[in-house]
Amino acid sequence: MERHLKSAGPFIALLALVLAGALINDAFLSAGNLVNILARSSFIGIIAIGATFVISGGGIDLSVGAMAAFISGCMILLMNFLLGFTDSVPLIITGALLASLGIGAAAGLINGLLTTKARIEAFIVTLGTMGIYRSLVTWLADGGALTLNFTVGDLYSEVYYGRLLGLPYPVWIFLATATSGYVLLNHTVFGRHCLAVGSNDKVARYSAINVDRVRTTTFVLQGICVSIATIIYVPRLGSASGQTGILWELEAIAAVIIGGTMLRGGHGRIWGTVAGALILTLIGNILNLTDAVSNYLNGAVQGIIVIVAVLLQRGVWSSRP
Amino acid sequence: MSQSTVQLSPEMLLEGRSISKSFGGIKVLHGIDIELRAGEVHALLGENGAGKSTLCKILCGFERPDAGELISAGSALCLRDWDPRKAERRGIVMIHQEFNLAEQLSIAENIFLGRELRRGPFLDYRTMTREAGAYLRSLNCELDPGTRVSELSVADRQMVEIARTRVGNVRVLVLDEPTAVLTGAESEVLYELIRKLAREGVAVVFISHKLDEIQRLADRVSILRDGNLVGNFAIGDLNREDMVRHMVGRDIDSLFPPVRPLPDDFVKVLEVRELQVRDAPEAVGFDLRQGEVLGFFGLVGSGRSSLLETVTGLRKPPVGSRGRITLNGREVDIPDPRSARDLGISYLTKDRAGRGLLLDQNLRMNFSLYALSRFAGALIRAKEEASAFKQAIDEFEIRCPSLEISAGKLSGGNQQKLLLAKFLAAEPRVLIVDEPTRGIDIGTRSQIYLLLDSLVQSGTTIILISSDITEIIGMCHRVAVMYRGSLAGTLDREEFSEREIMRYATGLKSRTGNSQMKQ
Ligand SMILES: Nc1ncnc2c1ncn2[C@@H]1O[C@H](COP(=O)(O)OP(=O)(O)OP(=O)(O)O)[C@@H](O)[C@H]1O
Ligand SMILES: [Mg+2]
Repeated sequence: MERHLKSAGPFIALLALVLAGALINDAFLSAGNLVNILARSSFIGIIAIGATFVISGGGIDLSVGAMAAFISGCMILLMNFLLGFTDSVPLIITGALLASLGIGAAAGLINGLLTTKARIEAFIVTLGTMGIYRSLVTWLADGGALTLNFTVGDLYSEVYYGRLLGLPYPVWIFLATATSGYVLLNHTVFGRHCLAVGSNDKVARYSAINVDRVRTTTFVLQGICVSIATIIYVPRLGSASGQTGILWELEAIAAVIIGGTMLRGGHGRIWGTVAGALILTLIGNILNLTDAVSNYLNGAVQGIIVIVAVLLQRGVWSSRP
Repeated sequence: MSQSTVQLSPEMLLEGRSISKSFGGIKVLHGIDIELRAGEVHALLGENGAGKSTLCKILCGFERPDAGELISAGSALCLRDWDPRKAERRGIVMIHQEFNLAEQLSIAENIFLGRELRRGPFLDYRTMTREAGAYLRSLNCELDPGTRVSELSVADRQMVEIARTRVGNVRVLVLDEPTAVLTGAESEVLYELIRKLAREGVAVVFISHKLDEIQRLADRVSILRDGNLVGNFAIGDLNREDMVRHMVGRDIDSLFPPVRPLPDDFVKVLEVRELQVRDAPEAVGFDLRQGEVLGFFGLVGSGRSSLLETVTGLRKPPVGSRGRITLNGREVDIPDPRSARDLGISYLTKDRAGRGLLLDQNLRMNFSLYALSRFAGALIRAKEEASAFKQAIDEFEIRCPSLEISAGKLSGGNQQKLLLAKFLAAEPRVLIVDEPTRGIDIGTRSQIYLLLDSLVQSGTTIILISSDITEIIGMCHRVAVMYRGSLAGTLDREEFSEREIMRYATGLKSRTGNSQMKQ
């Protein structure tokens, strides 16, 4: 009973923030603002879905922000390049999407293999690859920004701005990713294995689970999620630079933690993560709508929420006095 | 030593009066009274889940009772903020069923964990090492305080746990199933230590499922059943049968089901040839006959688990080893535990807390983890899983206050039953069980033997690794005895005798060539 109450925490916090927003400013509840919040949450949200797998499997991935920047850069370069060969913009975009997914999966695979086969801590591996991807994109952009060609950009921007049933595509993609993530984590053998590995990898091994494969797969999933987020991010700005996706890794981890997933692994909550991502965006949005707290304190408020979330959770799983 | 005063009027060191405790609304202790007197060894006896550990945790501050009082040195203790530190200050300490030492730290660091000695701002390693050494020596234990705990045997770890209580200050020492993980010889050392402490006026509480050791060691016995105190007896007033009857509520005439004779034209299920185990002195081979129970006996550290973990792909043999495994006449490759499982060979670890169960996950997840594919296509069939789980809970009589608790909250014996349920869910044809009755009460023990027997009857072949020689003699068709990583010999049932088996186990006798005679 108590447990259910506490696991509802992130959703209660989300509701409280919505109420607070509504009280602070009438504009908050306008359809435009709400849709905007949802759309903005989707980048971090989708990345955080992947992070939920990595973290509940007992790992951590610090490279996601840099990976997003790198994939953006590659996609833009590829699309501009393909324009020299074909006029079919849809074809070009499709090519870029496939490439994005491929790069994302490969980058995740590298992280995964380095952690499992080379037996280096995930923290160290992804700290390393974070630096590598970040400097690669800076190098590709020659220190400046890579900009998408207009012709492609016009059509591609539909992916970010287009709507279905009143909601922008990114929101639908976020929802679809979260739903698949939920089913995968809670209703499949892989999901179970992932939690088992995060809970105690020795026990998992003695239970005939291929621990390395499960761990590696969580990193690949993370890479794919980063790639999906990038696919909807690129048309929004139409450019990529060394500054793209800065600190996204921390926001993603924060969303996961706020959502009730434990950093030490073994327990994952996909819908909690979704709530976490929404909470992070809401804080920024509400601070924008009020003068009571300076907008510059956005990070501070987010930080406080993360710490409070962990304090509240401590009672939920703790087994020992 | 004031032996006489101790015997005439043993001083009351700690008394519990009508102690009750519930978990999640379910009562697990119903008004228990217990008296611990100086110089007395007080045994606690009861089935798995009867509440022994919980009672002890309350005495030592690890749990707080819902009702009742604790009286120490003539005055009632305030129980609202009763905790292990306060208990320790009064000299009341507990050695838990599952150890909690920091593996990567040295013995000295463990002994002083959380109360490190300092000189100025720095840790005073020299004094800590010296004092740790003194504690160990007072236990007649010659370990070097600088050794890492991860390198120690179970028995040595236990000594460290005891040394950690800083023997000199202890008035009440509570030992939760201390001998469950020890060999006979190691237990003797512990008994001696317990007697010594009792002579010095310590009140010792001792939980055990081994009735003979209770008879040898205890002065008083308190018996719990389903959270109720059945009675408190002087040891002389009880015989073995009484103990069992009070504990289980019925008589158990024969612990072991009769061993079924094997047909003369037996088939070999498993043939292991020239299998080199890492760090073992020589390659090992053995046969397993269809429908038999093959025992593996040896002293702790003789390499039984390593051998069978290598067979089941849990340990890699050294590179270049030429071991061959034949299953039902077909040579098989078992590179990982998964292949073993898919071939129908399951290994059930003895380390239930570290390798057997996910202590922070719920019971259902633990139950289905090993045989998950039985309940899953693309998705896990939750209903099927849940009903198999419920059935297993009934079949294995796993007792728990609620099905929602995490596995770590089960009593030790019930964890063991869950572990059995988990591996049997895969319906293996060759079942390798490593110390399956460790920490199991006598009633459940006889049930487990019946279960193993019914498995044999239904065509399963069993390898039973055990350090309990009566269990080996009671259950097995043959026994393979190991000594220092080598197979010292294999004995048929007709040749079984405790003495003979022990001769092989201690290296006095060997059938496989280069016998290592001990002087
Ligand atoms: N923290 C807890 N939360 C919920 N239930 C608990 C908790 N600790 C113990 N229990 C339950 O209390 C009952 C008594 O457990 P306890 O560990 O005292 O048994 P025990 O007599 O020591 O058994 P064993 O011989 O198997 O070690 C069990 O049903 C157990 O599941
Ligand atoms: Mg116990």
